[in-house]
Amino acid sequence: MSHHIIQVNNLKYKYPDGREALNGVTFRITHGESIGIVGANGAGKSTLLMHLVGVLFPDEGEISVGDVPVTKKTLPVIRQRVGMVFQEPDDQLFMTTVYDDVAFGPRNYKLPEEEVEKRVKSSLDTVGILHLKDRPPYKLSGGEKRAAAIATVLAMNPDILVMDEPTSALDPKSRRRLIMLLQSFTHTKIIATHDMDMVFELCERTIILQDGKVITDGPTAKILSNVELMEECGLELPLGLQGCPVCGTK
Amino acid sequence: MPNLVESLYNIRILDELAEKRTIIHNIHPLMKVLTTGVYLMVTVSFGKYELSGLLPLIFYPVVLITLADIPIVPIFKRVLLVLPLIIGIGLFNPLFDKNPMIVLPWIQISGGWISFFSILIKGFLTILAALILIATTGMTRIASALRIMRIPRLFIMQLLLTYRYISVLIEEVGRVVRAYSLRSPGEKGIRFSNWGSLTGQLLIRTLERAQRVYHSMCCRGFAGEYNVGREKGMGIGDIVYFVGWSLYFVIIRYFNIPAMIGSLMMGVGK
Repeated sequence: MSHHIIQVNNLKYKYPDGREALNGVTFRITHGESIGIVGANGAGKSTLLMHLVGVLFPDEGEISVGDVPVTKKTLPVIRQRVGMVFQEPDDQLFMTTVYDDVAFGPRNYKLPEEEVEKRVKSSLDTVGILHLKDRPPYKLSGGEKRAAAIATVLAMNPDILVMDEPTSALDPKSRRRLIMLLQSFTHTKIIATHDMDMVFELCERTIILQDGKVITDGPTAKILSNVELMEECGLELPLGLQGCPVCGTK
Repeated sequence: MPNLVESLYNIRILDELAEKRTIIHNIHPLMKVLTTGVYLMVTVSFGKYELSGLLPLIFYPVVLITLADIPIVPIFKRVLLVLPLIIGIGLFNPLFDKNPMIVLPWIQISGGWISFFSILIKGFLTILAALILIATTGMTRIASALRIMRIPRLFIMQLLLTYRYISVLIEEVGRVVRAYSLRSPGEKGIRFSNWGSLTGQLLIRTLERAQRVYHSMCCRGFAGEYNVGREKGMGIGDIVYFVGWSLYFVIIRYFNIPAMIGSLMMGVGK
């Protein structure tokens, strides 16, 4: 069975304060798909992503990556296959140089240092910041930090990339660069975001979450252009599908 | 207030300095940790009136700062931060111990003052040595040295995460203080009535942040051990560094070199 398949069955999760975050989420993602997970604030997007990498464990239901169920015992395997880019790059960059940050994952898997170096350089090269490898991460710009955070995940050679709000707080150019970068990846991608235009460009499939439930799951073009559905879920059409604010044409 | 935040941010200078590549930085971390350990033990082992014996100990930080190309001002500033604490410890010595120790025709110096300065110098030197160790080695490599010394993993984790937490805390303090000062024009500090909620908020926010950092570490295979990559093997030079300095420290511990030089000069003078 391919490692790239994610099966989520009837996932339920309540936060310790009793708030129900996920209420029976089910979907299946297959090899090479790009999925946009959208929904209003508090819909359960980030909680769902946390479950995919085993940071949180469901109260009910199950997740499997390939043929491996996500449990405490299988975490090392799962985390090698599924790479998670956090919403806040500062949370992901904690070493003294970009190089050491990107090397952190491969070193934890006890790879020989030659292989670590190869992976670090190739990941930094892929995201276009090889020249920043000796810089302290906290001195990078927002876009560079995001690129570094993605490189830290790429260095693990994951089959599946999971990203939480990858374009938030990026200037337009950095956002465009990031979208092009993600377009070039052949990984299975799961992107939770409010950036509908990015989803429209990057993901062929979209899942809308509302109150911890999957409201709809299908082709992006069809879902994101459905005005009633989008409004019902507290969302908006992608800007690209809205009328022109200058001439008013639809 | 912005100055406070700015100076707190500068705490990371030690990490930046540790990335340099000088002869001192290249010495095996284990040997540097051990040498610092011997230095600290020798420094604190001097009696409270043995002021002159302490003087040759200054040679060690001077040599290291020079060879490791460490800027003096930021390091000294950090030592000064701790100095009030040391002064607090020795403050009452001159008051309680008034026995004259040094009697010169024009002045009498009491034992209290001697011991006060002895505490001051010892404190200054030990903190300086610890800061130099961090600035030339870096916390993660110090941790790997401790690991070689078979210190339990749990303690090393505590050390590393505490060190990491300091910068997380500072960043949050920075944000909170900035937000506060923007909405309280004309105030120089934080009003006493707001201290409670502010510190409570800080604690919760830093804990959450630390948790997120920890999660991101776990997602990349962190299993309780920092791996700092290839640590070069120990060479003759590293051992010579440790043995050389240790010998020096032991010699100055048992022979009061300044006194010997003094009596030699007096002898020559006669």
